[in-house]
Amino acid sequence: MSPTDRAPLLTARGIEKSFGDNHVLRGVDLDVCRGDVVALIGPSGSGKTTVLRSLNGLETPDAGVLELDGGPTVDFAAQAGATSTGWFWNRTARRTAAANRAALRDRSAMVFQHHNLFPHRTVLENVVEGPTQVQRVPRAAAVDRAEELLARVGLAEKRDAYPHELSGGQQQRVGIVRALALQPDLLLFDEPTSALDPELVGEVLTVMKDLAAEGWTMVVVTHELSFARQVANQVLFLDGGVVVERGAPEHVFTDPAEERTRRFLDRILHPLD
Amino acid sequence: MDWQLVSESFWPLLRGALTGTMPLALASFAIGLVLALFVALLRLSPNPVLSWVGRAYISLIRGTPLLVQLFIIFYGLPQLGIRIDPWPSAIIAFSLNVGGYAAEVVRAAILSVPKGQWEAGWTVGMSPARTLSRIILPQAARVSVPPLSNTFISLVKDTSLATLILVTEMFRVAQQIAAFSNEFLLIYSEAALIYWMFCTVLSAGQNVLEKRLDRYVAH
Repeated sequence: MSPTDRAPLLTARGIEKSFGDNHVLRGVDLDVCRGDVVALIGPSGSGKTTVLRSLNGLETPDAGVLELDGGPTVDFAAQAGATSTGWFWNRTARRTAAANRAALRDRSAMVFQHHNLFPHRTVLENVVEGPTQVQRVPRAAAVDRAEELLARVGLAEKRDAYPHELSGGQQQRVGIVRALALQPDLLLFDEPTSALDPELVGEVLTVMKDLAAEGWTMVVVTHELSFARQVANQVLFLDGGVVVERGAPEHVFTDPAEERTRRFLDRILHPLD
Repeated sequence: MDWQLVSESFWPLLRGALTGTMPLALASFAIGLVLALFVALLRLSPNPVLSWVGRAYISLIRGTPLLVQLFIIFYGLPQLGIRIDPWPSAIIAFSLNVGGYAAEVVRAAILSVPKGQWEAGWTVGMSPARTLSRIILPQAARVSVPPLSNTFISLVKDTSLATLILVTEMFRVAQQIAAFSNEFLLIYSEAALIYWMFCTVLSAGQNVLEKRLDRYVAH
């Protein structure tokens, strides 16, 4: 099935973002259909993490439109204009902006590079926090589901451990389970294996591969090109805040049209040459 | 040394500590902490007006003597027609004072929690307020136990100032016994010893609390 046959879940058009003088995103378009696995690759500083964080309201773009199937649709330029009129007068606009952020977070869940588990909560409590506190799922049901998810990633027996008692790979698998427990439409991964020791990368990628096979819609910022190649059905190469090249992995990896893509792949695949 | 006076004065002094000093310190600390959290959040606010209000409050409290603050509330305000009894006056003054000092501790403790914890709370769907109360403050509490213990222990001793606005706490009892018996050195030393006793117990309590809060941290 080609991506055009699927129901679109998320459409982003012309996303722009600056941090001070640093123009990080210069008009990024992104289309994600249900069941897609989108890999964002590119050198550090290319803006790929900022794109991902914009999808979850952790960054607020300066311009561009983000539309999720079933809502919300956020016009960032209009929002930025409305909220910049001084702290006292813009309450309604700020409330709308906050509601938009909340709606984005309602639909998606994030797995962080440094897992960001809550250190003062056990594994189980980390996982049930969102469902019980935000989604008002009864605790017993949330615990059942958390245990089932933990078992699926091989961590059933760690339910009462604190995060610091786990290995890096185990922590990240709990991070993934915490995201899954929210039952999001869209799973976001921000370099989920970059902070791990090399021998722990595999166990996390395996879990992610299984999720893709189960049909979860995922956007993954990654340096693991072999993962992107095997699992993603859409690869975006970003550089300097723009999407330089996009397409199916076999196209981007084996027959890139752009010179910049070729050089990037070359540097990663043959670092010593 | 007048051992009989020592033993006869011990219970009244201890009673003064238990019914005066400690309740005054505990009530003021509890109210002061709530105030401190509020002031710390003002200071951390991105809104310049709110942040300035927090800053001004801290500056005012830390820049003026506690005794002067007590006197303004108890002896000064009646001129504006605001008459407050000794006990409430003392609790107001000490709470305001703790609020100013502890605000900086709370602010630093909140800032010590990595930003990723806020983000994790938000992406799970929690509001900023809920993230603060369920994720950030429990972690900030651990960091703030040593400096807040300091604040509390100082407060226990500072309550002796309340004798000057006629609150019956331990030091006021000591003054009365000393004036009656003329044994100033003996009675005031005995009072000092009892303050020390309480502060030693509090320090031990601090250690227990730190251990308890440390259980989820890697060593």
